[in-house]
Amino acid sequence: MTAQEVADILKQRFPVAVADAAVEGPHPCVAVTPEAWHEVAVFLRDDPRLAMNMLRCISGVDRHPEPQIDVVYELIAMRAPGGAARQEPRPPASAELWQNGGTIAIRVRLPRDNPRVRSVADVWPAADWLERETFDLLGVTFDGHPDPRRILCPDDWIGHPLRKDYEFPKEYQGIPAAAAPESDSSRVTK
Amino acid sequence: MGWLHNRFEENLAITSVNWALNWARSSSIWPMTFGLACCAIEMMAAGASRFDLDRFGAGAFRATPRQSDLMVVAGTVTFKMASRIRRLYNQMPDPKYVLAMGACTIGGGPYFKYGYHVVKGVDLIVPVDVYIPGCPPRPEALLEGLMRLQDKMKRETIAKKPATDSHD
Amino acid sequence: MEENTLSSQPAAPGAIRTEEMLVNMGPQHPSTHGVLRLMLRTDGELVLETIPHIGYLHRCAEKIGENVTPVQFVPICDRLDYLAGMNNDHGYSLAVEKLCGLEVPERGHYIRVIMCELNRIASHLVSFGCYGMDIGAFTPFLYAFREREYILDLFEATCGARLTYNYLTIGGASLDLPEGFVDRLAWFLDYFEPKIDEYNNLLSYNYIFVKRTANVGVISVADAIAYGLTGPCLRGSGVKWDLRRCAPYEIYDRFEFDIPVGMPGGSNGIPPEVVVGDSWSRYYVRMLEMKQSVRILRQCLQQMPAGEFRAKVPRTLKLPAGEVYLEVEGVRGQLGFLVVGENKPIPRRVKIRGPSFCNLSIVPHVCRQVLLADVPAIVGSIDVVMGEVDR
Repeated sequence: MTAQEVADILKQRFPVAVADAAVEGPHPCVAVTPEAWHEVAVFLRDDPRLAMNMLRCISGVDRHPEPQIDVVYELIAMRAPGGAARQEPRPPASAELWQNGGTIAIRVRLPRDNPRVRSVADVWPAADWLERETFDLLGVTFDGHPDPRRILCPDDWIGHPLRKDYEFPKEYQGIPAAAAPESDSSRVTK
Repeated sequence: MGWLHNRFEENLAITSVNWALNWARSSSIWPMTFGLACCAIEMMAAGASRFDLDRFGAGAFRATPRQSDLMVVAGTVTFKMASRIRRLYNQMPDPKYVLAMGACTIGGGPYFKYGYHVVKGVDLIVPVDVYIPGCPPRPEALLEGLMRLQDKMKRETIAKKPATDSHD
Repeated sequence: MEENTLSSQPAAPGAIRTEEMLVNMGPQHPSTHGVLRLMLRTDGELVLETIPHIGYLHRCAEKIGENVTPVQFVPICDRLDYLAGMNNDHGYSLAVEKLCGLEVPERGHYIRVIMCELNRIASHLVSFGCYGMDIGAFTPFLYAFREREYILDLFEATCGARLTYNYLTIGGASLDLPEGFVDRLAWFLDYFEPKIDEYNNLLSYNYIFVKRTANVGVISVADAIAYGLTGPCLRGSGVKWDLRRCAPYEIYDRFEFDIPVGMPGGSNGIPPEVVVGDSWSRYYVRMLEMKQSVRILRQCLQQMPAGEFRAKVPRTLKLPAGEVYLEVEGVRGQLGFLVVGENKPIPRRVKIRGPSFCNLSIVPHVCRQVLLADVPAIVGSIDVVMGEVDR
């Protein structure tokens, strides 16, 4: 299934929520409004024509100085041999090659000062950690996330490092972050 | 350093004891199994078939800091990891030594400029005895660093240090 | 111990009263493959819950990616999955080439495939050796590193580095293959191929090893797909899915190779205890993949043409406005790069999808109601590299 077909199905089903679709070029992408995203996600997974059963990646893109953060979801449909779109519990005895049923990227545009979007961790469990990472590094809040903590940085970290206006820390828990000159007494000696 | 140190005047008996102690100590270094990142793979390679760290008396990798006397900091130290490294160092029994392996542990390496979460040198956290440059250092470099550490150990003495120098 | 969720079970009459305990495993632990930290809520030998804590090796690769040019970022890619530097460089180069519309010369394609498959073997060898060590077998580690050194010798002859190569770069490879490389590689393949059977006899079919890993940490197909598992972890669950076949990139459509998947026990020499999707299957898929890599390498050597190995890349490569998301079949799974360009030499955003990150996210789901000794067996079979998880 090509990206154009996926975009057409989405536009037909969600005429309001699908803002625009850029299916040409190397990264076919459909933009969805943040309010409708969860509903669209469930449709993407459960519609037998689409059956996007694997969430590959969630990336946040800071558009600074524009007041916008994009969250891009990369989806792929993995089709089991034998036609059943949804994954059956047991693998077929004669393991045949699975088919690539099409890929699509979904873009959700969020305001930069208060980026909030509904979590899709209940749709694809893979989103759990990926959303935590996006929250940690870009400060996007995912409503309804089961475990909304930082994942990579320590819990008491200040700021979201992948924002374009992020200021690097001077020190963390007493350890200087900038390089110390040779004469500096901060190096530990015996 | 140890309980023996800094207790005796320098004399002939002491130098012989020194020699025996240092020989034993430098020939049976027990490093801690402590891999952080890429350099740990080279550390493993140094301990494996071709390079065989054991030839120099430093092959008994221990899984716990309480049994080891050498910490090879092999890999990038991050702020989240810094307190752990300090704790591991404190858990090691005296006398203890630290090898800083690789550019990241020496001063941040390739993550120096944009690494907001990278500690710019493990010597900001624990005292370092020998620095091994490289990204990552070859196993031969690790062996060389180990031999420099053994040289350093062989120069140690249990005799009293001059009063001006005794700060521990 | 921040969680205060311990509870003691009320003792039934005549039963032994048990108490829950939080066990902290890592970040310094010999079987966590780096600086992974697992919080285990245990009751006796039983692990009730596993909470992974990651980020102890968060080296800000994505921040570096949006501050340096693509050619400068390739060395950082080496250090993501430091056991398979070539594959990472390859993935990032492909993404940038797709964004800029660069064409790699024919010989460059073959050099890339050779390096990627060689590195796949080297990485699987480490995985095999360390997995044995996790289970308590030390000898396989020495065998694996002996063979790995031969591969590293080839890499060293090619680009001078053993671990972080910076060799496959934007537009092809940075240098041509050295003199005598083809003969040395052919010798190595002949030497190495029979060794895989030796390893299987040494470790894979070892009774203790099978008892420790078979039917432990079974991941169903549905879970594997839902959690975004890729690579040997997904194939271990019986899903025949490999990007080299399912969405061919580079020149993988020119080679003949099979995609090994987890098979039920009792046939093909597989021990009868084995269940599809267990730790043993994931491990065994890697062993079989090494054989397929050898097959691909042999075909490469036969087909490789002479000629240019790198495209003409402008001194300051300007990334056009636009995005590209590209995944390659890395050693541990699908390694993805999202590169956002904006008519400047420096990209706006580089997002790295580390396969180990998604593979690790299934640990809380699998390491539940298992024995404490099974946790290293499960985590080891997922074969994470923390450099890629934390980036």
